[in-house]
Amino acid sequence: MKPFSYERAKTPREAAGAVARTPGAKFIAGGTNLLDLMKLQIETPTHLVDVQDLKLDQIESTAGGGLRIGALVTNTALAADERVRRDYGVLSRAIVAGASGQLRNKATTAGNLLQRTRCPYFYDTAMPCNKRVPGSGCSAIGGYTRQHAVIGSSDACIATNPSDMAVAMRVLDAKVETVRPNGSTRALPIADFHRLPGRTPHIETVLERGELITAVTLPRPLGGTHVYHKVRDRASYAFALVSVAAVIQRDGSGRVAVGGIAHKPWRVEAAEAHMRSGAKAVAQQLLAGARPTRDNAFKLPLVERTLAAVMAEARA
Amino acid sequence: MHDDGYEYFAPPEPTTDEAGQRDEPPGPTPIGPTRRAFLAQTVAGGLSLAALEALAPEAALAHLGLPPEAAPGGGEAMAAAEHTARVTLSVNGSAHTLDLDTRVTLLDALRERLQLTGTKKGCDHGQCGACTVLVNGTRINSCLTLAVMHDGDTITTIEGLATGDELHPMQAAFIKHDGYQCGYCTPGQICSAVAVLDEIKAGIPSHVTDDLTARPQPTNMELRERMSGNICRCGAYANIAEAMAEVAGRRA
Repeated sequence: MKPFSYERAKTPREAAGAVARTPGAKFIAGGTNLLDLMKLQIETPTHLVDVQDLKLDQIESTAGGGLRIGALVTNTALAADERVRRDYGVLSRAIVAGASGQLRNKATTAGNLLQRTRCPYFYDTAMPCNKRVPGSGCSAIGGYTRQHAVIGSSDACIATNPSDMAVAMRVLDAKVETVRPNGSTRALPIADFHRLPGRTPHIETVLERGELITAVTLPRPLGGTHVYHKVRDRASYAFALVSVAAVIQRDGSGRVAVGGIAHKPWRVEAAEAHMRSGAKAVAQQLLAGARPTRDNAFKLPLVERTLAAVMAEARA
Repeated sequence: MHDDGYEYFAPPEPTTDEAGQRDEPPGPTPIGPTRRAFLAQTVAGGLSLAALEALAPEAALAHLGLPPEAAPGGGEAMAAAEHTARVTLSVNGSAHTLDLDTRVTLLDALRERLQLTGTKKGCDHGQCGACTVLVNGTRINSCLTLAVMHDGDTITTIEGLATGDELHPMQAAFIKHDGYQCGYCTPGQICSAVAVLDEIKAGIPSHVTDDLTARPQPTNMELRERMSGNICRCGAYANIAEAMAEVAGRRA
């Protein structure tokens, strides 16, 4: 690791200001992704602003009948919350499908949203990577791409977003609440939070310099059957090849988002109009414009089949 | 090449992090010549050129991207002020105050400064679980967290599970059920196993929990899924699950 100085912020605004005015500064919460990347010198912050004392570790009910999840609520605490298990089962299911018990105990809600891709070329500092070193090129294109994106990618980057939790939050239409260094706040729809790679794959979210996530809010419960189905190379503790988060109503209508296939959780609301016509019709619209590689073209039929399995599970 | 015709593995060279830690005051000294002390001397005897360079203040400044004149009080003083922190950890019932480089992970603080070498470094990237310890009662990977993030925290390592000469029930069950072979992953496995049973009791769901609204049970499937962050290259998994099931009070 490169040397860095360290401070603990007392308030969200103080934390945002500290990162904004200190070149090379980053927030640290659970640290489970950042420290991994720092050890490999993929991330080399010169100053860390620890946000653990910001008292953002509660889950509260909102006036609108939803939930406000503090940015520092651990993945375990979120998955285990009684209200989440009862009313937002797809979120509990998605969280416990990811990582290991030890990691979920430390990783936070905000940190999960900000975790970096697991593209092996992003991790290999000997290889060009536009995400790690802007403008250096993409080693994945033409390389080993079994895990990579099949849709929404660009000639600069075909990496995927690794989060399971974010896929469930996308299907639930969560909002990301933030505070900026000047003290102003905003609530970003999760659909707009993560960016597609385009020509700037190193810019992964719409957050501004120093902008700090303070909470994630969920709208009132949708009812229906909640399913998260993750397809991966091992039965546990592996990233998704394809995952499907769905909330399906008794009449067969519903919502669906897909993980493991794009630079962000992938949801096409228009495709959901076909939910009652079956997986093929939904997948066709969901994956319109897909551009797989020879190695990962299998993900396209896998999305349809996983979706069919999810629909069958919801009917059962 | 040695007399017996074999090429031996050299002792590992210290990493940049570890070399940096040599500047710090020594931690508590264990009584008698320990295996750790012996290894440390062996490594010091063979200190590489790169490690020696890392100890020089000029090189330390270059490492920071600063010219030597950037530090009026000398390179070491500047680096020490900005990049060290005083941390108090309560480990296995004893409080320890340490002055640490901010880069020191909780794992390295336990092993290298407190000589609590029961906790193992496996992958050092949160993938193998050998470094699992309990922080404020919760299991985490001690390799993926900085010691400075745990000022004031209460830590239990494998050395802290037994009560005097009486083993923790999970330790006894691992012995009874042969829950290990080489033993390297075992401290992490046992700390994780203890926490898994607590997590089940607390109603935390897992990937294999059928009904999210019902209390999870310590079934074989549940135990195996919840232990997936602890890798055992000897493959003692079946016996580990049996040991856990016995402590949980049910058959695997």
